[in-house]
Amino acid sequence: MAIVASAKLSRANGLVQKIAINRNKETWRRIAVAAPYLWLFVFFLAPFAIIFKISLADPIIAQPPFTPSFDEAGRLTTTFSNYSFLLTDKLYAITYLRSVLMALATTLLCLLLGFPMAYGIARSNSSTRAVLLMLIVLPFWISFLLRVYAWMGLLNNNGVINNLLLWIGVIEQPIPMMYTDFATSIGLMYSYLPFMILPLYASLERMDMDLIEAAQDLGASRTKAFWDITWPLARPGVIAGCLLVFIPAMGEYVIPYLLGGPESLFIGRVLFDEFFINRDWPLASAVAIILLVLLVFPIVLLQRYQARNQEAGS
Amino acid sequence: MKDFIRIRGISKTFGDFIAVNKVDLDIGKGELFSILGGSGCGKTTLLRMLAGFEVPTAGSIEIDGIDVTHMAPYDRPVNMMFQSYAIFPHMNVAKNIGYGLRKEGVAKAEIARRVDAMLELVQLVDFKTRKPDQLSGGQRQRVALARALIKRPKVLLLDEPLAALDKKLREHTQFELMNIQDELGITFVVVTHDQEEAMTLSSRIVVMDKGEFQQVGTPKEIYEFPANRFVADFIGTINTFEGIVTAADDETTSVYSDEAGETLIARGKQLFEVGQQVEIAVRPEKIFIDKERSTREGDICLEGVVDDLDILAIARCIGFALPQEK
Amino acid sequence: MKQQSRFILSILSFGYAFLYIPLASVVFFSFNASNLATVWGGFSTRWYGELFRNDQVLEALFLSVRIALTSATLATILGTMAGLVLARFGRFKGRTLFSGMITSPMVMPEVITGLSLLLLFITLQQITGWPGQRGFSTITIAHTTFSMAYVAVIVQSRLVSMDESLEEAAMDLGGRPLRVVFDITLPLIAPAMIAGWLLAFTLSLDDLVIASFVSGPGSTTLPMLIFSKVKLGVSPDINALASLIIVTVGLGVVLAWLFGRRRSSKAQ
Repeated sequence: MAIVASAKLSRANGLVQKIAINRNKETWRRIAVAAPYLWLFVFFLAPFAIIFKISLADPIIAQPPFTPSFDEAGRLTTTFSNYSFLLTDKLYAITYLRSVLMALATTLLCLLLGFPMAYGIARSNSSTRAVLLMLIVLPFWISFLLRVYAWMGLLNNNGVINNLLLWIGVIEQPIPMMYTDFATSIGLMYSYLPFMILPLYASLERMDMDLIEAAQDLGASRTKAFWDITWPLARPGVIAGCLLVFIPAMGEYVIPYLLGGPESLFIGRVLFDEFFINRDWPLASAVAIILLVLLVFPIVLLQRYQARNQEAGS
Repeated sequence: MKDFIRIRGISKTFGDFIAVNKVDLDIGKGELFSILGGSGCGKTTLLRMLAGFEVPTAGSIEIDGIDVTHMAPYDRPVNMMFQSYAIFPHMNVAKNIGYGLRKEGVAKAEIARRVDAMLELVQLVDFKTRKPDQLSGGQRQRVALARALIKRPKVLLLDEPLAALDKKLREHTQFELMNIQDELGITFVVVTHDQEEAMTLSSRIVVMDKGEFQQVGTPKEIYEFPANRFVADFIGTINTFEGIVTAADDETTSVYSDEAGETLIARGKQLFEVGQQVEIAVRPEKIFIDKERSTREGDICLEGVVDDLDILAIARCIGFALPQEK
Repeated sequence: MKQQSRFILSILSFGYAFLYIPLASVVFFSFNASNLATVWGGFSTRWYGELFRNDQVLEALFLSVRIALTSATLATILGTMAGLVLARFGRFKGRTLFSGMITSPMVMPEVITGLSLLLLFITLQQITGWPGQRGFSTITIAHTTFSMAYVAVIVQSRLVSMDESLEEAAMDLGGRPLRVVFDITLPLIAPAMIAGWLLAFTLSLDDLVIASFVSGPGSTTLPMLIFSKVKLGVSPDINALASLIIVTVGLGVVLAWLFGRRRSSKAQ
């Protein structure tokens, strides 16, 4: 009798304890989820709603310089005029197109240079590989602005490259390189090359080099083995790398400003100028929303690939 | 106490996958009980439910009369030795072993005393201040064992305790484990895929497949009287003959097998009806080979030709072709 | 080890030359005595001297460092929580949105992040009166927001590669979940947290575009100051400043790398 009672009692105790623990456990777990969640919600997600709201307003000379969403009578005053203007105005269409093309060209150049580099790093022996990788990552830690600045010194009319060529005697007149699309794409490529090499390296390094020998053993030529084996296996890295270059390059502001000169039309610049120089907040917001719409697909794609890469890597 | 651990109707499903399907089990105090099965049979899930890392979908678990089904792992009187050993890499040997007592709030001097005693037990006194990355596989295994034993758990769970060791060390460690269990009298529940290990270690075994229990019994019972074809195949090697029951009483069953070309007589409790299609299984060590036909009473003789010879480490495996197979 | 083909070797040399020649040229011309930034006029360290007498530069540097220290610390706390949640909490309501919000800020073009945060701060100010003035606090918040994503990803990948049974073992031995986080998880992910903090610190020191959006009058960070000078063209004092940064950061990275390599080889 006594034994049964005590067993029941301890069972009841266990239950009470269990409830207390679960509550205790829930509290800190909730904090761990809620703190970053709330932060990102307020400072990352919510602002998009505000941009969208302002993109539907008209600019006025006031503080803040746009019309409220509801007038005094409480009527909705939103307008799509900014969007229709952006979509019909030729200058903006050209700007978007140019940005896409420049970003695509940059991505392609990075891939052309980055793939053989990543391949070479992945195939070198482990101690050299560590040094080579560190040298790829190192510029990433050095100020982005200063790295772009370094190219100004090289590409100027009286910059290092022109001076060198003049001194050798290859050219008589300095070649104008600064403030051209060439300069912009060099700058973009220079800044984003590491973003291409690292994911490429990750997928190439995982690849078993015996596979290529096996393919050659089975009668594939070197090029055939590359296209049959190396390229398909490196594809996740290629896609991740291309997206990591393309997405930020699309919205770039500093590089086209410093290297592309005043004529260089880039979405990022247009947005900045509309906002700060023309003080047309609604139009700048609409520019941002359209840029965002253009980038939603690549961003979602990138996240899917990164999730997959992480699974494969673990 | 026969039902020190009482498992009743335990199930665990992960989405559509049924890992453990409505099993009942009693384990007695001081037993060295093994859960044996292939990978994915649900043995590890069952162990993790005993430890508290998985909450059963249905059913209940009682340990020493206390329902622990929903009790958190840190409140259970149960400790576990992990397959990977899970030695904390940032703590030295003594700190690893003493971790459980520190969480219990035991006084420092007492912890030091009990850690020393444990180091003595697992013969690691000289390694007290070593970091885990300076230990061999066998030493890591002993740290994990000491760490799990120091809280004097009612039950010690061991997940593939010997799988990470090489063959030579495994046998030695096996006997060490049995000695320690004997000395401390703690109930051990071992999960293993290695039937030999289960046969030598355990007082009793459960054979699992597809989330269900195939047979529970002592190693001898399971070996001599496998409950079904799966258990017979899984434990040891076996020769099977198909046949038809020709006569049966309480003690013996006669089976005529075309394959063997003879009537085979089996002793056993199972009762079959005359005319039933059955399989008869013979362990290889019950077969004797001679050039002359045996004349001893009760011997069943089959004639055959040697067609394959494998030399194993300690025994020879002889393949026979029976005339009927040609 | 295979012999690298000549093609790969030449591409590798070209690639590394492409990455490092511009930096080397900046450092080289920082010792130029001439007023013309890229025409050699003899060796001199005069531009370094002028740099240290320039109050504007020192003030901007001080502000940038203050922001970087604060935002890196905040980002490490929040990012570690987020990484822990992603790697260890399994499924919960809103997880998809959560992981999307973690990774998106990393690839979001800076002009969009900058604009959206500025508009948020202005809206908040209209409604609540805070932030009265934009500067240190608004830049710190902005930097925390995008750098916590990097910390979260680093911490998460470290946790994914870590044996989960370590934490289970601690719990099995009587450690309550929160205790286990402090006893086992945090010490083991500390290297990832340090790497994340350093990255957040650098990203903050580096940022120009977002800071330009969310800063107010009177608060100029170092990149903003450099940008306003660089807009006018290449100048020798910026060469000197750039060289100091390049050499300091470069040495720091190389030393950290050597230290990390020695530790990991010792562990083996």
